Amino acid sequence: MLLIVVVLTFLLLESASGDAVDAYLLSIGGGDATVAQSLRQAYGLDQSMLARLWLYFSSLASFDLGWSVAFGRPVLDLILERLPNTLLLMGSATALSFGLGSALGIVAGAKPESIRDRVLSTASLILYAIPSFWLGLVLSIVFAVQLRLLPTSGIETIASGKAGFARALDIAKHLVLPVGALALIYMALFLRVMRSGMAEAWTLDFVLFARSKGLSRSRIVLRHVARNALLPLVTMLGLQSAAMLGGSVVIESIFAIPGFGRLAQEAVSGRDAPLLMGIIVVSAVLVICVNLIIDIVYAALDPRVGASEPNT
Amino acid sequence: MRLLRDLVRTPEGAIGLGILTALVLVALFAPVLSAGDPLRIAGRALLPPFTDPAFPLGTDRLGRDVLAGILHGTRTSLSVGLAAALAAIAIGLCVGLTAGFAGGLVDEGLMRVVDAFQIVPSFLLALAFVSVIGASVPVVVLAIALGAWADPARLTRAQVLSIRERDYVASARVIGMHPAEIAFREILPNALPPVLALSAIIVAAAILTEAALSFLGLGDPNVVTWGSMIAEGRNILRSSPSLSIFPGIALVVTVVGVYLFSEGLTKALGGRRLEP
Repeated sequence: MLLIVVVLTFLLLESASGDAVDAYLLSIGGGDATVAQSLRQAYGLDQSMLARLWLYFSSLASFDLGWSVAFGRPVLDLILERLPNTLLLMGSATALSFGLGSALGIVAGAKPESIRDRVLSTASLILYAIPSFWLGLVLSIVFAVQLRLLPTSGIETIASGKAGFARALDIAKHLVLPVGALALIYMALFLRVMRSGMAEAWTLDFVLFARSKGLSRSRIVLRHVARNALLPLVTMLGLQSAAMLGGSVVIESIFAIPGFGRLAQEAVSGRDAPLLMGIIVVSAVLVICVNLIIDIVYAALDPRVGASEPNT
Repeated sequence: MRLLRDLVRTPEGAIGLGILTALVLVALFAPVLSAGDPLRIAGRALLPPFTDPAFPLGTDRLGRDVLAGILHGTRTSLSVGLAAALAAIAIGLCVGLTAGFAGGLVDEGLMRVVDAFQIVPSFLLALAFVSVIGASVPVVVLAIALGAWADPARLTRAQVLSIRERDYVASARVIGMHPAEIAFREILPNALPPVLALSAIIVAAAILTEAALSFLGLGDPNVVTWGSMIAEGRNILRSSPSLSIFPGIALVVTVVGVYLFSEGLTKALGGRRLEP
């Protein structure tokens, strides 16, 4: 699967008109053909496409993602340097949206078609329709520009000399708005999935049985209905991890967070094919890892899925 | 027609249909509502909104009319969103139909490609695609479709797998129908409804993706889009936030309209509610 990703991405980037050497020459104000030739030779860009694909695969096997032309550094170093910021952003946004979304989903789904449910459903529909980058901008207008409560950009105060707890607090302050922007939208999604899962579970036989046993309402809601509706939510979490990674590109560019997504944008503007390629490959690996973890969690949550059972 | 009546009867469907109709009308009559090129300089720069009756929503840094931009932006947003969704569904239907109907190695191979497209963040893919080929409306449409066809493909294949075992398909086979004819005349029409229900969500996602792409400066520079207007206003966010806020509201209204329409439609069809 990863193999296909690599080949397809390679072919896509290969079809670009003009390579990194062209972009580099343009940025330094042009150069003659011999300079371009020697640069191409140095980066191996003069070889045939298949030879380079083979080269890419063989270096990939030893975790070498190539050399970024725009930054003049190994791609893997760059990615590893930026990745923690994005993981921090995505991790907190996921945790926040999952927690809040499922909690509100339970509130809404406890009594489908009630007023509480309608208000929450409508609010989540509107929230889900908001583009994350716009929400980010609006949040920064309100909280950073008007109220001056939070910083607008960056991951921490530059050269503040803070260490330990003070630094963690500083980073947390910088993350409030981007995490909020990402989390609010995904919270709406989780709320909707949870709510509809619960609305469906209410009609099932085992809930009727629980009712006829005379169990209290809150117990039915939490132990029977909500628990059942949680499973599709976990699946959704895995499916959304790819979308969230894509969404981080825009959010990071708005809040100027030096993360993975911003690196992607920088790679695009610098016409840096090896870097872009590395980013896509690493993001695919990330998504696979997240889904693997989700599968394990799923097996733990759902007694019907056994670990030894072949799942196809 | 009956479907339309059922649709209007649900509150979601009525509101959604209303919003979408209004937007389509705006998109169609944008040149009448505000004549001339929306990208031309129309008046004094940075006119605040609600002050000059000639420019109800004010002007931007270069003195371009914000209202004209929003009206014309409706065209871009709707057409790109619809075209991308159509392309994605067409590709998805073909791949899903082939995979489900052919089975065996073809199925295996195609589904691995679908897997590959699903694990790459579609926005990154669109970003790479547009940056490689260059920004123009058809490229943006294709880039968005490229990231969106995997879901309908998977759904179509699942539908086809369950339909191909039905009796009427077996009887079509018995009377000697050509496999291609069975695929297109017997299976496809029956596999279509759930895929169409998914399409509204794809349209909404496509509109949002287009906005995000043009926000990052990867849209077609020759047409006005809401995303690029937001990006343009972002440079002077502190002094005149309204430049970014108005196009954003237009985006939200559009996407809400699409969602409500799809909810109303699924309710009217009497099927299971489909979630985004």
